Amino acid sequence: MHLYNSVLIYLCGMYGIVDCNSFYASCERAFKPNLIGKPIVVLSNNDGCVIARSKEAKPYVKMGAVAFKNKNDFKKYGIHVFSSNYTLYGDMSSRVMSIISKYVDDIEPYSIDEAFFKLKNVSGKEAELIGKQIKDDVMQHLGLPVSVGIAASKALAKLANNIVKKYPEQTQNVYVIGTDEQRIKALKWTRIGDVWGIGRRLATKLKEMNVDKAYEFTLLSDELVRNKFSVVGLRLKRDLEGKPTIGFEEVHDKYMIATTRSFPNVVSDLKEIEERVATFANSCAEKLRKQKSECSAAYVFLKSNRFGKDYVKLGAMVHFGFATSSSITITKGVLEKLREIFKVGYTYKKAGVILVSIKPNASHQTRLFGDENPKHQLLMRTMDTLNDKMGQGKLKLANQDIKRTWKMRQEHLSPQYTTRLSDIITINCK
Amino acid sequence: MVLTFYKYESNGFVKIPFVEAGIKAGFPSPAEDFQGKRISLDKELVKNETATFYAKVDGDSMQDAGMSDGDLLVIDRSLEPQNGKIAVCMLDGDFTVKRLRVDKDGVYLVPENKSYQEIKVGEDQELVIWGIVTYVIKKV
Repeated sequence: MHLYNSVLIYLCGMYGIVDCNSFYASCERAFKPNLIGKPIVVLSNNDGCVIARSKEAKPYVKMGAVAFKNKNDFKKYGIHVFSSNYTLYGDMSSRVMSIISKYVDDIEPYSIDEAFFKLKNVSGKEAELIGKQIKDDVMQHLGLPVSVGIAASKALAKLANNIVKKYPEQTQNVYVIGTDEQRIKALKWTRIGDVWGIGRRLATKLKEMNVDKAYEFTLLSDELVRNKFSVVGLRLKRDLEGKPTIGFEEVHDKYMIATTRSFPNVVSDLKEIEERVATFANSCAEKLRKQKSECSAAYVFLKSNRFGKDYVKLGAMVHFGFATSSSITITKGVLEKLREIFKVGYTYKKAGVILVSIKPNASHQTRLFGDENPKHQLLMRTMDTLNDKMGQGKLKLANQDIKRTWKMRQEHLSPQYTTRLSDIITINCK
Repeated sequence: MVLTFYKYESNGFVKIPFVEAGIKAGFPSPAEDFQGKRISLDKELVKNETATFYAKVDGDSMQDAGMSDGDLLVIDRSLEPQNGKIAVCMLDGDFTVKRLRVDKDGVYLVPENKSYQEIKVGEDQELVIWGIVTYVIKKV
C-alpha cells in the first residue's frame, strides 16, 4: 500500500492550492503599506456589515458584525475600516492568477482569493520549490501574502494549506505533503469537520459514528462510505487516501449570475421596487452577454427587514421558455413575476435577481416556436457597445429610471488604484 | 442481419479556413509581405504586466531626474531594488520617490533637486521599497 501510494504520487503529479491571506485587507495594504500589521475590516456592499477581517482585527470584531453598531469598537481598537472595493480586489485577483499560471501546468481559479493548480511529473522537493517561487513572486509583484499547500490530491492540498495557516512560521507559508507518512500524520491532525467539502451536517453524522479525525474517515470501508455519504463521500475518501479523484472543473464561466442589493432605506412602493429590480435584471443580463452565455430561467426575490416585526421573504422562478441574453426579455419576465409575488403593506429592505440555467450561447438551441426575437441580439450588441464607450448606464431600458443613479453607501471606499487613471497613488515629492 | 445505427453528432461548428488576404482576382498588394505590427506603448513600457503599477508625482524633488509635478510614473514591482535605481519607497508610512544610494554607512534616499536634502534612513525608521520606477510619462 505504501509503495503503491508513493508511485501514484509520482505518476500523477501533484495538486496545490494558493490561498491569499486576508485577501481584501491585504489588497488595501498593498497600496497603504503603513497599514501592515494594523487591524483592518472590510464592509459589505452599502457598508452594512463586516465581510473580511485582517488577522489583527479578529480578536475585536466578529464576522458579519453590523457596521454602525460597532462604530465605537472600531474607534476604540484603532481598526481601519474600508468599503468593499471589488474593482481593486478583482484586478489584484487576476494578477495573482496570472502569476500562478506561469509556474504550473494547469490552474483552476476557485474563488476570488484561491486557486487550485496541477503540476505534472514533479517530485515533492520540486513541488516545494515551485510553491515557494509562487509565494515569493506574488509578494514581490503585488505585495500580497499567500499560503500554498501541495499534495497528491485536491483534498490533501487543502489539508496541507490548513497546516500552513496553523503554522505559518515553521512552514514559511508553503507545505508539501510528499510522503505517505506525512499524509497520515496530517490526517490524524485534522478534525473531520475541517476537511474540505465536509459540511456541518456530515461532520455531525460522522461524529455519531465515532469519526473524529480525518484519518478515521479513511479507515471506513468504501461500501459504508458510499452507502452513507454517496459517491461524493467516496470520492473525498479516495482523495484523502492520496488517489486523486476530485478533478479539475472544466467550466470557467459562471453558472449562476446574481445581482442582489440591500436598499439604503426601506421601500414599500411597488413602482420604486420595480425600477430597482429592472436595474438588477439588466445588470445580470449585461454580465451574461459579457461571458457570451444565455439563460433560460431566473429567480427574483424580495425581503423585508429581517429585524422588523413582519418578516417576509418572497421569491419565484421565471421561465423564459427559451434561452436568452436579451435585457428586454429578461427584465420583462422578471418584472411580471415580481408583480405577482409582491405584497402590499410591507416595507422591503432587499431585492435581487439570480439568473440560472446558464449555457454558452454558442450552443443555442433554436426553437421553431417561441424563440428569441433575433432583433434583440443586434439591439443588445449596440447597447453594450455604446455603454462600453460612453460609460455604464448611458443607455438604459425605459423601465429603469433615467435620471436616477443609485449610489451604494460606500463611505470608506479606497481608490481604484489599478483600473482608473485618476485613482492611481500619488507620490509625495516635496 | 444486424443493423447498427449510428446517430449523427454535430458539435455545431464547421471549420472553414480563413484566408486573411481575401481571394481576389486582381494584382496582389505589394505591401502585404512587409506588414508590420503597430507600435504599442503598452508593450514598450510594460515589461511585467502583473507587477506594473502607475503613480502620479506631487512635487518637484526629483525634477533633475525628469520627474515633474503631475507626471505619470510607470513602476515595476518585480525589479530588485539596487544602488542607483529610482524607487518608490514608503518611509514611515509616507510614499516618496527618490534615488537609492546604498553604501557602508547605510541607505540614503537622494532627491534630484539642489534645494532638497538627502535623507539618511535611520535605524528606528521603517523603509519599504514598494517598486522601481522604469518610465516617466509627461504631458507636453
